[in-house]
Amino acid sequence: MSSTAIQIISRSKYYNWLVKNLFSTWVNTILTVIALIFVYQVGSFFLNWAIFDADFRYNFQGELIIDRGFCSKNIVPGEYGACWAIIFARWNQFMYGLYPIEEAWRVNLIYALLPLAIIGILFDKIPFRRYFIYFTFIFPFLAYFMLYGGPGLSVVGTNKWGGLLVTLFLGVTGIGLAFPLSILLALGRRSKMPIIKSLCVVFIEFIRGVPLITLLFTANVMLPLFLPDGVNPDNLLRALVAVTLFQSAYMAEAIRGGLQAIPRGQVEAAQSLGLSYWQTTRKIVLPQALKIAIPPIVNTCIGLFKDTSLVLIIGLFDLLGIGRAALADMTWTKLYYEVYVFISLVFFIFCFGMSRYSLYLEKKLKTDNS
Amino acid sequence: MSTDQVIHLEKVNKWYDDFHVLKDIDLIVNKGQKIVICGPSGSGKSTMIRCINRLEAHQKGTIVVHGTELTNDLKNIDLIRKNVGMVFQQFNLFPHLSVLDNISLAPIWVKKMPKNEAEDIAMSYLEKVKIPEQAQKFPGQLSGGQQQRVAIARSLAMNPDIMLFDEPTSALDPEMIKEVLDVMIQLAEEGMTMLVVTHEMGFAKTVADQMIFMDEGRIVEQASPDEFFNNPKSDRTKLFLSQILNH
Repeated sequence: MSSTAIQIISRSKYYNWLVKNLFSTWVNTILTVIALIFVYQVGSFFLNWAIFDADFRYNFQGELIIDRGFCSKNIVPGEYGACWAIIFARWNQFMYGLYPIEEAWRVNLIYALLPLAIIGILFDKIPFRRYFIYFTFIFPFLAYFMLYGGPGLSVVGTNKWGGLLVTLFLGVTGIGLAFPLSILLALGRRSKMPIIKSLCVVFIEFIRGVPLITLLFTANVMLPLFLPDGVNPDNLLRALVAVTLFQSAYMAEAIRGGLQAIPRGQVEAAQSLGLSYWQTTRKIVLPQALKIAIPPIVNTCIGLFKDTSLVLIIGLFDLLGIGRAALADMTWTKLYYEVYVFISLVFFIFCFGMSRYSLYLEKKLKTDNS
Repeated sequence: MSTDQVIHLEKVNKWYDDFHVLKDIDLIVNKGQKIVICGPSGSGKSTMIRCINRLEAHQKGTIVVHGTELTNDLKNIDLIRKNVGMVFQQFNLFPHLSVLDNISLAPIWVKKMPKNEAEDIAMSYLEKVKIPEQAQKFPGQLSGGQQQRVAIARSLAMNPDIMLFDEPTSALDPEMIKEVLDVMIQLAEEGMTMLVVTHEMGFAKTVADQMIFMDEGRIVEQASPDEFFNNPKSDRTKLFLSQILNH
């Protein structure tokens, strides 16, 4: 009895929601119907293209696709959808670039450990967080050793790195290095010491006033000029410097926003208790300011992650660069949609993840009792 | 006498840009004295006590606390801040720290005290302000009166011998004023040297042994409470008292 009653109530609840939100007036009903038709058309077209009519590794005749001539859509034009075989064929390059395939396990290991290295920073209420944080600090050295090589491991030059490896390397390392730098810049910009303050203002405004592409070119061409003879950092490192500086300027402004939101009384209270400037900053100001600044910080991180694809312009093969290289291959050429949809999907997964994390934090901060 | 003298202001002047906030302030505070400072808003009373622990810098004159002169020398400023506690109108508790952490923070970081010792001290001061049961809560979960009492405990935990109160009850709902004043009265009875900016004249009559009336950056009148309330000399003091007592 009671369960049917509940069913009726819950059914009427959905019914009420539908009526109220989608069919409340004639205009609303017409708009709802038009929108549904539109979603259906676009959605079914895309799903048919991407999945139902698509080739993955084998074409409609059951043959393994080894070049674009085997794609169903190229055998029977107009009948079939995407030909994802190019992604399978080029998978290793998308993931590792030209990294020697017998050494690819090293990259895989780092991919697998990366989540463990950042989980301690992202979430504050996980068990054994302290150990995750320790691991976060060990990870860069471990990653460097595993990826580049050293005693016991063969050296793989960064000119062989590519694809997702370069994208993640620039994104994660850029963000990781830019974070402490941006805190110093933001503090410096609010400093009472005129020289430090103007240095920080000039740096931030200069970097923000210049496109990342310009910085990448500059780093590529000019960095060697500033370094002593014989020191010739490789392309990836030059790109990393440009990306880090760029990111630190934007992040610094996000953090400055957080710093400005802290009432003056907080600093005064800390000072009146005898805390020094650095103690006040570390214990009172930054914990509160960073909390406020996390959503805009994540925003800049999403921007940076996507901007890493610009490095293809200075000859690095990030995910996008590898995709373009695949398209330039005569055996696979012209499969533009497949390659760009796949690359978009990979970027989307990471950026959407960051975006959801930012939303999660905003909710968490609202319910936090401070 | 002079060994009892803990604060000495001599011809102190301060400007905010063109605005002359403090004009030739002279003030001597002896050990154990309770001084209540009142005056209309903008008269410089908060600024004056904020100069004593250098939250504001004065431009002319000398301020000597415990024989240490306040200059730009950071070492002197640190020395004085260790001995001078301050309670603010807006409490200024640290919202991201628990009540216990709020109080034990400065003993741990400034006095380099071991954590458990600092927490024991924090608990003893929480008992003194009668809210030990709130130790694990966050400031946002407390009432205004409780927050201000935590702020007093936080200040006392550094074991200061001078306490500055900058309108400690002005931001409180009326029913919470008493619980804060009670703590302050208790502190006064224990012999703490106190400078209190307040308009709570009942409190002033109970604890003050000196009243100061400030207006337009000057000390207009300084007298014992008896003199001050019953026989004020300046017209401005009379006007101020009639306004504040009648309302």
